[in-house]
Amino acid sequence: MIELENVSYTYGGGELLSNVSLQLQPGSFHFLTGPSGAGKTTLLKLCYGALLPTSGRLNAFEQDVAGLDRDHMALLRRRIGVVHQDCRFLDHMTVSENVALPLMVSGQAETAKREDLSELLSWVGLGARLDAHPPELSGGERQRAALARAVILSPDVVLADEPTGNVDWEMSQRLLRLLVELNKMGKTVLIATHDLSLIRAAKSQVQARVLRISQRQVQLAGADL
Amino acid sequence: MSKGMIRNLLQRDARADRVVPPTGYTAHLTLFVSGAMAFLAVFALALSLASGRLADRWASELAGAATLRINAPADQLAAQTEAALAVLGQTPGVASARALTTEEQAALLSPWFGPDLPLDTLPIPQLIEIIEGDPGLDATGLRLRLGAEVPGAVLDDHTRWREPLVDAAMSLRRLGWVSILLIGVATAAMITLAANASLAANAQIIEVLRLVGARDSFIARAFVRRFTYRAFFGAVVGVLLGMTGVLLLPEASDEGGFLTGLGFQGAGWLLPALIPVLGAAVAFLATWTAASRKLKELS
Repeated sequence: MIELENVSYTYGGGELLSNVSLQLQPGSFHFLTGPSGAGKTTLLKLCYGALLPTSGRLNAFEQDVAGLDRDHMALLRRRIGVVHQDCRFLDHMTVSENVALPLMVSGQAETAKREDLSELLSWVGLGARLDAHPPELSGGERQRAALARAVILSPDVVLADEPTGNVDWEMSQRLLRLLVELNKMGKTVLIATHDLSLIRAAKSQVQARVLRISQRQVQLAGADL
Repeated sequence: MSKGMIRNLLQRDARADRVVPPTGYTAHLTLFVSGAMAFLAVFALALSLASGRLADRWASELAGAATLRINAPADQLAAQTEAALAVLGQTPGVASARALTTEEQAALLSPWFGPDLPLDTLPIPQLIEIIEGDPGLDATGLRLRLGAEVPGAVLDDHTRWREPLVDAAMSLRRLGWVSILLIGVATAAMITLAANASLAANAQIIEVLRLVGARDSFIARAFVRRFTYRAFFGAVVGVLLGMTGVLLLPEASDEGGFLTGLGFQGAGWLLPALIPVLGAAVAFLATWTAASRKLKELS
C-alpha cells in the first residue's frame, strides 16, 4: 500500500533519514516511536507526499510518488487521512465545515448528508460541537475533530502524528480506541508517538507492529516496550 | 482554458468560497482600484467617442465644400464673379455655386470687426460658396482654368486646414483608446498585486487545503471568483459615478465647441455598460494567472 525502499531524506545539509525501508500492508496497525526530533514527523510527511525522498523509492498505491504532478498528488492525499499534531484547522470555519473540508475539495459536498456528518462527529464525541469554531475547542476535542476530518473520505490509510500529545490519559485512550476501531474496519493505521504507555495500552486491543526510529534508521522495536 | 473551466470558475459556490477568509485589505484595494479605473475609463471613452464624432463631422462637412475668393478692383468685381460662376457651372463635380450676399459676408466678418462695419466702403473680396457633388471636383484643374479666365480668383478647397484638424481629432480619439488600454493594463497589474498579496497572506490555508486533497484548480477558483466579483462590483460603482459626471457636463453647443460635446450620444450611452464586464474579465485573467503562478511557487 505504502512502501519506502532505501529512502533517505536530507534537509539543510543534514541527513534526517537514511536508507529507510518500510512497508505498510493493507489493514495493518503500526506505531512509530522514537525520541523527539528523531524524524517521526518527517517519515509521516514522506508517507503522504508532503516531502519527497532525497534518494530511494517511495510508492503509494502502486504509484511512484516522486513522479506525481500536483493534481495526482491531491488525489493521492484523498486516500490518506492525516491527523496532524497541530490539527491544522481553518479557524474562520466551523468544526463541521472543517471536518467536511475533504468532501468539499473533492467535489462531494453536495452529495454528503448533514446527518452523516453529525454521525461522524458523534462517533468522535463532538456531536454537540458542530457549529463551534476550532479556537473554542479543547486539545482533546481538536484532536478528535482532526481524526473525523482525516477519515471523512474513508481513506485506505490513516496517519496520526502524536495524536495524544496534548491530551490527558483518558482522552488519549479514547483516541486510541477510535483508531483501533478504524483499523478493525480495514484501514491501515500508522501512529507516530513518543508515548510508550499508549503503545503498551494498545497491545491488548490490536495486533500492532512497533517501529522505532533511531540514528536516522527505522528498526522493529524489541519486546522491552 | 476551456469554456467549461471558465464556467466552473465563475459559478457561485458559497461553501467553497468560504475556505478563504472574506476580509483583508486586498478586498478594499480591489474594489477601490476597479471603481477608480472604471470611473476614469468612462471619461476616456467619452473623450474618444467625442473626438471621433468631431473628426467625422469636420471631415464630412468640410470635404464637401470649397470657397472661391475673387480679389479684384471694384469695377471688375462683378464681371469676374460672373465669369467665375460661369466657369463653375461648367465644371464637373460642382453641385452648386453661389455668390454670398453682402449681408452674409458682413455676418461672417462681424465676430471680428463688430456689427457696424461699413462694408460698402472697404475693398472686401467677393466669396463664392461651392458645394461639391459626387465625385468631388478636380481642384488642380479648376485652379488652372480659373487662373486663365478669372485672374482674381483664389480657390480654397479647405484641405490646408481641414487635414490638420481632422488629424488632431483622430489623434485625440487614439489617445482615448490608448488611455482605456492603459487603464486596463494598470487594473490588471493592481489586481495581480492584490491577488498575490492575498495568496501569500493565505499560504497556511492553501497548505491545509492541499493536505486534505485540494487540487490547484479548486484553490485558484476560490480566489478567482472572489476577485472577479469584487472587480465587477467596484467597476459598476465606478461606471455609475462616471456616468453621473458625464451627465453633469454642459450640453453640446456651438458656443462651447468641443468641450461641451464631451459626452455620449445615442447608442454610445450603452458602451460604458461594457466596462464592468471588461473589468471583471481583466480581474479574472489577472487573478487566474497570479494564482497559477503562486500555487506553483508554494508547492
